[in-house]
Amino acid sequence: QFVIVRVREGGERIPLTITDYDRETGLLTIVVQEVGATTRRLGELGEGDEILDMVGPLGEAPEIPSGGHIVGVGGGYGSAALLCLMRELRDRGEKTTIIIGAREKDLLILADELAELTDNLEICTDDGSAGFKGFVTERLQQMIDGGPPGYPDFVISIGPMPMMRAVEKTTRAANVACTASLDPLMIDGTGMCGGCRVTVGGKTRFACVDGPFFDAHEVDFDEAVARSKMYVKEEQIAAECQRAAHREEAA
Amino acid sequence: MPVKRAEKTPMPVRDPNVRAHDFKEVNEGYCFAHAMFEAERCLRCQDPVCVEGCPVRVPIAEFMHAVAVNDLPKAAELLRSANPLAAICGRVCPQEAQCEKNCHMTTRFGPVAIGHLERYVSDWEMSQPQSDEVKEPWRKEKIAVIGSGPSGLVCAGELARMGYPVTVYEALHAPGGVLRYGIPEFRLPNTILDWEIKQLERLGVTFVNNVIIGKTLTMDELFKEYGYAAVFIGTGAGLPKFMNIPGESLNGVYSANEFLTRINLMQAFEFPRAETPLKVGKRVAVIGSGNTAMDAVRSAMRLGAEQAMVVYRRSENEMTARIEEYEHAIEEGVEFHWLTNPVEVLGEDGWVTGLKCVKMKLGEPDESGRARPIPIEGSEFIFPVDNVVLAIGTRPNPLLVKSTPGLKTHSWGGLLVDEREVETTVHRVYAGGDAVTGAATVILAAGAGKRAAEAIHHDIEAEAA
Repeated sequence: QFVIVRVREGGERIPLTITDYDRETGLLTIVVQEVGATTRRLGELGEGDEILDMVGPLGEAPEIPSGGHIVGVGGGYGSAALLCLMRELRDRGEKTTIIIGAREKDLLILADELAELTDNLEICTDDGSAGFKGFVTERLQQMIDGGPPGYPDFVISIGPMPMMRAVEKTTRAANVACTASLDPLMIDGTGMCGGCRVTVGGKTRFACVDGPFFDAHEVDFDEAVARSKMYVKEEQIAAECQRAAHREEAA
Repeated sequence: MPVKRAEKTPMPVRDPNVRAHDFKEVNEGYCFAHAMFEAERCLRCQDPVCVEGCPVRVPIAEFMHAVAVNDLPKAAELLRSANPLAAICGRVCPQEAQCEKNCHMTTRFGPVAIGHLERYVSDWEMSQPQSDEVKEPWRKEKIAVIGSGPSGLVCAGELARMGYPVTVYEALHAPGGVLRYGIPEFRLPNTILDWEIKQLERLGVTFVNNVIIGKTLTMDELFKEYGYAAVFIGTGAGLPKFMNIPGESLNGVYSANEFLTRINLMQAFEFPRAETPLKVGKRVAVIGSGNTAMDAVRSAMRLGAEQAMVVYRRSENEMTARIEEYEHAIEEGVEFHWLTNPVEVLGEDGWVTGLKCVKMKLGEPDESGRARPIPIEGSEFIFPVDNVVLAIGTRPNPLLVKSTPGLKTHSWGGLLVDEREVETTVHRVYAGGDAVTGAATVILAAGAGKRAAEAIHHDIEAEAA
């Protein structure tokens, strides 16, 4: 599940996945990777600072079948989105494995927290600076091929689009069920704009209200990738404006 | 009396060549002389049939008389007693299909400009100084209103007037619903909406943004934890319809809701100062013929489109937009392609390059009573375009229904209501506006909000007795 955040007046509304929550204290934990204007602005906030607007929780929790070996795959900041889910699975008493991957050791997040939620935490880095050297899909393939900790019966895939696409490919070849958490562009998050539409099984679905989890084997990833690049140029303009504003501030 | 035979006083408008490039209001409003002259055209019919055409039953004859004798405080009071959103309705109501349609002057000289005068009086009212005093509710039964569009605003206002403490919950970060995200500044400036909302706050209504009932809070929690005595659902019809034709998910294809939300709510026309972007190319095709289509196509023009066109599968006669919007669109240079049905959005490298259409002819009337459009075989052709905007209608949002046990809907998503047309299938939960009827007009929603407020009051009184 996720929330929609608007940092300041004139700012964008962006969806952010809920990493953790505490009903008692009302604390909501969100992990953000600084990729665009709004996430960079979030990164500039310090302790005690305020966010202008937040609304949620939005989206539906995924349906994960009980029994069998459930493997959660998290790439980059996708690991953060696995936390809540994997805790729920642990509480349900499921047999789980978590595979998280990053380019290098320093970019891995929440490894300690995730380790507490499963008997098998598998770490992959592209450069081999920690754990398995290679992609998460290669580690997943080893398991499919009979390697420890065993054949996956259900895979949850959360991460950057190329990773989710690769995980889908790997699991499809082995006929393993896979759900992917899509994060297309969104505005309102309530089904009103249709900007987050994805084609799943030939049908138009809205990630905000029908998702964000969809059967990965049914998702039109080509289209989803193309749509995610719609505003690349505008992102660059926004970044340039931010840099200019910072220079002005510094001067 | 020669004055009464004069034709309808035209609304002063800004030069089309200028206004088509900015988002400032198109209509400038009557001046004092216009208003006096126009109010004098009213025949003061013994049986004012105009009122029958008004969903909120504004006492039109009385308010016309008040304007004619230059008693604007009285005119404003009369107007507001019946229509809490007068400044908005004076701008966006389809008067030609309601009050003005019934006017006895219509056939020979053109109707009395009831809408323009409604706007005149509201604008006068807005120019008057007001105190910041907020009324305290005097009744103990708390009411929750879900959604701050026209039906919710009117329901909240009416209940507050009766003394109830009312809280309006809005999912977005600013109140107003479709009045905020849908209708552009050039037709309904946000300052007008802000003023109307301020009036409701002065009546004691509380607005809470960023709360989605059904997600942030459930219906059950509203009753059990928050202790509301009744809930009004005014969640509108916000879900955009798509055509399900190939190419609809190409980059550059927008639902009108997304297109207009980026502009109106997120102020994309100020990008990069406002951080939400919108891509408008040189050639934009808008599909549909309602007010939303007009708003989208005229917005596209204002954002730099050199060729902005409306593509509609029926003919001009079946067009559903207000006549004024249509005329303004033509003046601004919008192209209209009637009897033209899109069959495919064409693209290259993931981006829109064209819209493939087929020519249509009209056949026998269909279930909607309008002539059914039939494709003409072999008439396919292509419009080269950079954007396609779909304005082919919306349906009610299922979000609240999904999370509220017992809340029943028609198969198309509209909420089921009782014979009074206000109470839903859940006790003490009322509904009105597009959430019940499917996409309709501001004033019909306002009328429903008013009816629901009366029913809520009636039911609470009956229970107490």
